[in-house]
Amino acid sequence: MEHGNNKHITPYSTYLIVWVALLAFTSITVSVAGINLGNLTLFVALVIAAIKSAMVINIFMHIKFEEKIFKVFLLLSGMTLLVIFLLTFTDFSFR
Amino acid sequence: MSIETLNHKSFFEEGTTKAKTGLRAWIFSTDHKRIGLMYFISMAFFFLVAVIIGILMRLELMAPGKTIMDAQTYNSLFTLHGVIMIFLFIVPGIPAVFGNFFLPIMIGAKDVAFPRLNLMSYWIYVIGAILAIVSLFMPGGPIDTGWTFYIPYSIRSNTNISLAIFAAFVLGFSSILTGLNFITTVHRMRAPGMGWFKMPLFVWATYATAWIQLIATPVVGITIVLVVLERLFGVGIFDPALGGDPILYQHLFWIYSHPAVYIMILPAMGVVSEIIPTFARRTIFGYRAIAMSSLAIAFVGYLVWAHHMFTSGMSDTARMVFSFLTFIVALPSGVKVFNWVATMYKGSIDPKPPFLWVMAFIFLFSIGGLTGLVLGALATDIHVHDTYFVVAHFHYVMFGGTGTIFFAALFYWFPKMFGRMYNIKLANLSVALFFIAFNTLYFPKFILGYMGMPRRYYDYLPQFAPLQFVSTIGSWLMLITIILIIYNLVHSLFRGEKPSVNPWGGVTLEWRTASPPPLENFHEIPTVIHEPYDFSQLKDMKYES
Amino acid sequence: MSHNENSTASHVHRDDVGAKMGMWLFLFTEVLLFGGMFLVYAVYRFQNPMQFHLAGMELNTTVGTINTIILLTSSLTVALAITAIQKNNKFLSLVFLSVTLLFALMFMVNKYFEWTTKIEHGIYPGSEELLKKQNGEILFFGLYYIMTGLHGLHVIVGMVLLSLMFILILKNKITHDNFVKLENSGLYWHLVDLIWIFLFPLFYLIQ
Repeated sequence: MEHGNNKHITPYSTYLIVWVALLAFTSITVSVAGINLGNLTLFVALVIAAIKSAMVINIFMHIKFEEKIFKVFLLLSGMTLLVIFLLTFTDFSFR
Repeated sequence: MSIETLNHKSFFEEGTTKAKTGLRAWIFSTDHKRIGLMYFISMAFFFLVAVIIGILMRLELMAPGKTIMDAQTYNSLFTLHGVIMIFLFIVPGIPAVFGNFFLPIMIGAKDVAFPRLNLMSYWIYVIGAILAIVSLFMPGGPIDTGWTFYIPYSIRSNTNISLAIFAAFVLGFSSILTGLNFITTVHRMRAPGMGWFKMPLFVWATYATAWIQLIATPVVGITIVLVVLERLFGVGIFDPALGGDPILYQHLFWIYSHPAVYIMILPAMGVVSEIIPTFARRTIFGYRAIAMSSLAIAFVGYLVWAHHMFTSGMSDTARMVFSFLTFIVALPSGVKVFNWVATMYKGSIDPKPPFLWVMAFIFLFSIGGLTGLVLGALATDIHVHDTYFVVAHFHYVMFGGTGTIFFAALFYWFPKMFGRMYNIKLANLSVALFFIAFNTLYFPKFILGYMGMPRRYYDYLPQFAPLQFVSTIGSWLMLITIILIIYNLVHSLFRGEKPSVNPWGGVTLEWRTASPPPLENFHEIPTVIHEPYDFSQLKDMKYES
Repeated sequence: MSHNENSTASHVHRDDVGAKMGMWLFLFTEVLLFGGMFLVYAVYRFQNPMQFHLAGMELNTTVGTINTIILLTSSLTVALAITAIQKNNKFLSLVFLSVTLLFALMFMVNKYFEWTTKIEHGIYPGSEELLKKQNGEILFFGLYYIMTGLHGLHVIVGMVLLSLMFILILKNKITHDNFVKLENSGLYWHLVDLIWIFLFPLFYLIQ
């Protein structure tokens, strides 16, 4: 019986590079916050948060190197949450 | 493959605990079969408590005005009836008992993926139940908000709301962990040859249900936390005076509670997909369609929650969107019903009790489902929302649907679980009596609702009295039926005949092992070579025709 | 055929992929739990945009940013701890794990000071000072306390988990060919980081 994905060891350097990228995006998002673009500021902040999340999930949490089923699970759960948001807003956006 | 029944102990005699006999051998057992039975005993107890509450409610409602209790008591009773039936009986329901007992066996596994977590799920269930019971007796008295705990009354009521809903929070955890366990089990522990499309449909149904348990329950978890925080700290999240929105509470509540009804019905439909082929002695029609429809119902079930809120004050856009989606979710259920009927066509029907229960189910669930369309259509819902029409609808689907199949599953798998057979004639009588009792108890409620009788009302106008009286008679018939069922099963547990290992001629893996099964389910892990529901296997198996 | 009583091999064979799958499934429940809170936030921000901005200005962006950096770095160090144990470097793994715990502690200390400062200024759920404000601001602070509080609770749970892992590594129960428990604890920790990645802009970057 296989004992899991021990075969793939993420190098220290990969983690460090991702960490630097995360810090970089954090500084971008803090700077952008200072600029008032109205709704766009929120949108940019969320996009950057999504990018940071994608890096944490793929590399730190290793999902990029796991079996495909993990990615399917993640997609399904994420989509369900998204759909819940969208449907709730059919109420509040149109009051 | 022959079954050796000599010199092998059943799971009753051999366990996973250090203690060999007594209570400790059960409450510390990680054997999924023992856990399933422990759930069964607990749930049967709570079911009976909630039935008695229902009888008392019907006694009060037998005539206008006060009959045996005051209004506050009545409010608490209908709340408890709902909370117990939903959170302690139907939601754990078929998965906790029959899923636990049979899912591993049906995929040829020794146990679930995380047996200790499974035991913890049961303990958490018991703790939640105890908390709920304690909340009845603390100063303040039992909760009286209805099982839906709507804002603002759930914030203002002086009864023990926080403790009671915290109990629901704890019970939710049990559900989540069971779902997690089952998903992992199905993915990782199937026997050699048991591909996804060789699995029994009960497994597909339980798998789809597990996803709902996992993903939907946390939402009601956080909702409950918010209500407790509101009561304790006055945060304002749902308080209109502070900018909060009570309708947002309803959204959060139903985002779980609608998928919850699919937690209730999907496993039941899975059981139906097991019973019909066995008693029609024919392979199921449209195996893949039924399997996929379980997944479809699980997913689309997330999209319809606000049909419980059509009169709450939501936007028109939301109401139209949710009404439309509600009609869509009926489609995969329809797929199942058509395929079941097609399976029976030109089959060799053996009208044993499990099959009769399924026939009752198809009738009762169809009525429930069709009346759901009345409720799902905006124009008609306005008239019947919060009336007895709704009460009738959900009893037809939950009791006539899941409840009926809980009995069906019990009567189907009883010989396998206990190695005993019950009295068939008495069982047949029970089904017939149940059908009459059920319709007497609940059909009048459709009419009452249409006539305008509101739900959760302690008192009512004289014009509703005759039908209320008929309904109460139905409740007494139902009580008699339940007593008969209990008598039959308990008596047979001790005095019933010992049947063969496959008395019905089923071809799923549980029928290939001993009755009751041994500790690790099989003496040899089977290799699966047949297609599902291929009855040509029967000639290789021991069975009684 | 002869059988002994436990002929279906009763030794427990390990399934690391299964264990990891179980952990990921649990993480999804956490995502939905916080997701519900984010939904409440989204609705109320949508309804009270100006007041959310107003209330947001009372939070200290610098502290928030520092906390973000702390958590991101702690995610780094816990990941490094896993690579270290995979390379059979027990000492390095313990070092990285300790650093992670240190950062977690720093986060909680920051949070403690943040909260106490606010509370001293009279801003807490149900307080007179808060109730004088506009509704949108009251909701903002209600959400602030609930969401950062719930998050903080998860940080504490994470710290307990990681401390347990520290002990297991020390006792050689987690080794280079048996480390799925550490991986799973790491996954939990990353989730705590992920939630903060979204909390940060929504509460601290509304200017």
